[in-house]
Amino acid sequence: MSRTTQWEVVIGLETHAQLQTKSKIFSGSSIAFGAEPNVQASAVDIALPGVLPVLNREAVVCAIKFGLAVGAKITPRSVFARKNYFYPDLPKGYQISQFEIPVVLGGGLAIRVGAGETATEKFVNLTRAHLEEDAGKSLHEDFHGRTGIDLNRAGTPLLEIVTEPEMRSSAEAVAYAKALHALVQWIGICDGNMQEGSFRCDANVSVRRPGEPLGTRREIKNLNSFRFMQQAIDFEVQWQINEIEEGRAIQQATVLFDPDTGETRSMRTKEDAHDYRYFPDPDLLPLEIRADWIAEVKSGLPELPQAMKARFETDYGLSSYDAETLTTTRAASKFFEDTVAATGKDSAKLCANWVTGELAAHLNKTDMPIEASPVSAAQIAGIIRRIADNTISNKIARDVFEALWAGDGTDADAVIEANGWKQITDTDAIEALVDEVLAANQKSVEEYRAGKEKAFNALVGQAMKATRGKANPQQVTDLLKKKLGG
Amino acid sequence: MSELINSSLRQLSAALAAKKVSAVELATLFLDRIDKFNPALNAFITLDRDKTLAQAQAADEKLRVGAGDTAISPLTGIPLGHKDIFCTKGWRTSCGSQMLANFVSPYDANVVEKLAGAGMVTLGKLNMDEFAMGSSNETSYFGPVKNPWDVSRVPGGSSGGSAAAIAARLTPAATGTDTGGSIRQPAALCGLTGLKPTYGVVSRYGMIAFASSLDQGGPMAKSAEDCALLLNAMAGFDPRDSTSLERPAEDYGRDLEKPLAGLKIGLPKEFFGAGMDDDVRAAVDAALAEYRKLGATTVEVQLPNSGLSVPAYYVIAPAEASSNLSRFDGVRYGYRAPEYDDLTEMYSRSRAQGFGAEVKRRILIGTYVLSHGYYDAYYLQAQKIRRLIAADFVEAFKECDVIMGPTSPSVAFAFGAKSADPVQMYLSDIYTISTNLAGLPGMSLPCGFGANNMPVGLQIIGNWFGEAKMLNVAHQYQKATDWHTRMPEGVK
Repeated sequence: MSRTTQWEVVIGLETHAQLQTKSKIFSGSSIAFGAEPNVQASAVDIALPGVLPVLNREAVVCAIKFGLAVGAKITPRSVFARKNYFYPDLPKGYQISQFEIPVVLGGGLAIRVGAGETATEKFVNLTRAHLEEDAGKSLHEDFHGRTGIDLNRAGTPLLEIVTEPEMRSSAEAVAYAKALHALVQWIGICDGNMQEGSFRCDANVSVRRPGEPLGTRREIKNLNSFRFMQQAIDFEVQWQINEIEEGRAIQQATVLFDPDTGETRSMRTKEDAHDYRYFPDPDLLPLEIRADWIAEVKSGLPELPQAMKARFETDYGLSSYDAETLTTTRAASKFFEDTVAATGKDSAKLCANWVTGELAAHLNKTDMPIEASPVSAAQIAGIIRRIADNTISNKIARDVFEALWAGDGTDADAVIEANGWKQITDTDAIEALVDEVLAANQKSVEEYRAGKEKAFNALVGQAMKATRGKANPQQVTDLLKKKLGG
Repeated sequence: MSELINSSLRQLSAALAAKKVSAVELATLFLDRIDKFNPALNAFITLDRDKTLAQAQAADEKLRVGAGDTAISPLTGIPLGHKDIFCTKGWRTSCGSQMLANFVSPYDANVVEKLAGAGMVTLGKLNMDEFAMGSSNETSYFGPVKNPWDVSRVPGGSSGGSAAAIAARLTPAATGTDTGGSIRQPAALCGLTGLKPTYGVVSRYGMIAFASSLDQGGPMAKSAEDCALLLNAMAGFDPRDSTSLERPAEDYGRDLEKPLAGLKIGLPKEFFGAGMDDDVRAAVDAALAEYRKLGATTVEVQLPNSGLSVPAYYVIAPAEASSNLSRFDGVRYGYRAPEYDDLTEMYSRSRAQGFGAEVKRRILIGTYVLSHGYYDAYYLQAQKIRRLIAADFVEAFKECDVIMGPTSPSVAFAFGAKSADPVQMYLSDIYTISTNLAGLPGMSLPCGFGANNMPVGLQIIGNWFGEAKMLNVAHQYQKATDWHTRMPEGVK
């Protein structure tokens, strides 16, 4: 038994998802990424004297969408509070956030941990999700020892999503983060771009012996990739176990993960924790969300991945794995359903194989999103139709796909026609061919008769080669067997 | 022409319309008086004759080409001064503080925008207690304002510059703000009429925040009639202020001429107990007698929690202020200490040097009451008291149309008389604070003179959105009396 099995790991995640609104949460400035410093900072964003915040209702719609998607309670009356602290990129000297009464309470996410046979299902409960504004950025380079301030990001709307401390391994944490990442993009509230900071996680990690009360937690800040999350949590867990086993108590702290060393290091301890002096922001009225608003948002919400996955399994007879893969993103599910719509439901499994197989492989190789696929759903459907009616073999189908991927030809039929790839199904023609192959390969025939199964495959290969792949492989096999056996 | 300094806004408007005077001549008349009397009074702290005259010329142009046009308002061409708490594009907007002594606003406050839109001409920016924290104008970084009735006495605060400027006839009107009495108390101490509207009637956008849930801008002038005209231009929904109220536009002067027969005046017994000076009591009693002559009846009402208003106010207002003033950190604009070694030192020195003693006192109080472990005991308790105070008014207004009492417990006091004792200073606002806590409208109007021939103010508190009623009640009194027409000898 390894040492870690005597310890239970407890993880809770806090995720900041940047909301895809046109403008900031309390001002009319754009939130587009990558603009010149401070050009997207209005009087409100730089906190000139006398300016006031006005809530962007679009951000509230995002929060409602999220609440509905995770089966949470949408709070009918939530309150914006001020979180007071001084920092140069926090222009007002306080952040407007929700504290006592958040807009979303409860809910949860079903996750799948691991892959294949050993995969397990788990439900992660959410504590809450609340709206808040982002701060600006402090720029420490290029200012010769001084600090530059860019307030473009100040006031960008965020939804902070907080889980219960229910995850028990880094794998579970990553599975949750991935599921959440997929969901927020699915419902169109966040672009999920982790490099640009649109989706960032903090992990609260503690360890305990099973059955004991929760251990002291340390919070790993700003994890901006799933790989780093896994590494950081694994390192942190081992570090905490070592500390305790060597007789040292864990101090509550905020830590940073260094991807270069793979280690976490303490940034500040509880002693230097701020007293944020939260109080309701008197500049903003409580946020009232009535049932009709929720109903309106609900009517515009897309089918959620869980429901779609179940439908794919029952309606199309897909495996759980395929259904899961095809509902990873809305674009993938749409591509699949567009393909099925063009081929008919009977070919649904074939469609799934092509989208998750040949197409996915090509997309992965070129690191291309499915929305940008050079081969369209209609084109793949064209290939599948020709496989189904025996016009082409699977092997030729892959060649057709390659041709379409390379932009040679408008659709499968045109490619097949241009290359003369139509499958030979005429039995007489194939029989003549088989006779030729047998005559030309006496050595293989003898070897086969001497009991070498391999030699048979060589004969099939020769026959296929002679037809440049156009013969129906099954027919060739049957004929060869008949002739050799006879 | 010099008789115009005592004219009502309506008379000025008529003179402008009849071309008896131009807006430029009118502005020049007041600018010349400012040159002559302001050095002794220190009411205006920022002047820009060229800008003022350019605005006046534009107003004259409007009056010339647009007669009968909707571009002309009853205020077109009339000059006014802005309390320096209102952001005014292209003008220094200091809020009476060293912290903003170098701040030229790049934008106009909603109130400034609206009054400019009505054609009013900005004479300059008016002195005030630093960040509106004070009741005597002694906390201004630019030095105290003197009371034109007696320059050894305070004008009241925080809108002391506005009050002194009108009393000295340096401007026919001014803007003010009132967080705990900052329009009404200086109006009382300088013998003027001032009105604090119902919370949410006037936009706070561009009005530098002191205590957001209490701050309200309003007009200050010589008469209720003038205040009604000004309020018409200042009030209205502003989408940039989330606490601004979406209500149909109204003419606040519509009821000015209504007779007062049948009016029920509530007199809170808590406002007439010990604490009020005898001279103030005598003037207020005489005013009430006048109201009875005008057909009103008086009824005693109770505001049992009003005694808690000062302590509740001095928790809530500093709490909000401590957070509102955090943006003044020396990073983006305003004062930054000349020397510092690190970020913390830049913050602490900039704020220690940039803010005056009273502002720092309130930031400390506010920070304390919001701190972990004290929030429930102070801030939450104060909010509960606030609701009780509002509930008291709801009960009282079941028995009366308006509430009356003194505006201030005393007439204007001498410089230094209270500045050493913050609690004594805070008690200057004992009669005005509860209306801010309840969000109610309130007014002060001159009702006579007390000791040393200093003006006494009568306070009228209206029901929520009862501005037109209050103005009616004040105007009828001003038709029957002439206290509001009196002018200090020293500025004649």
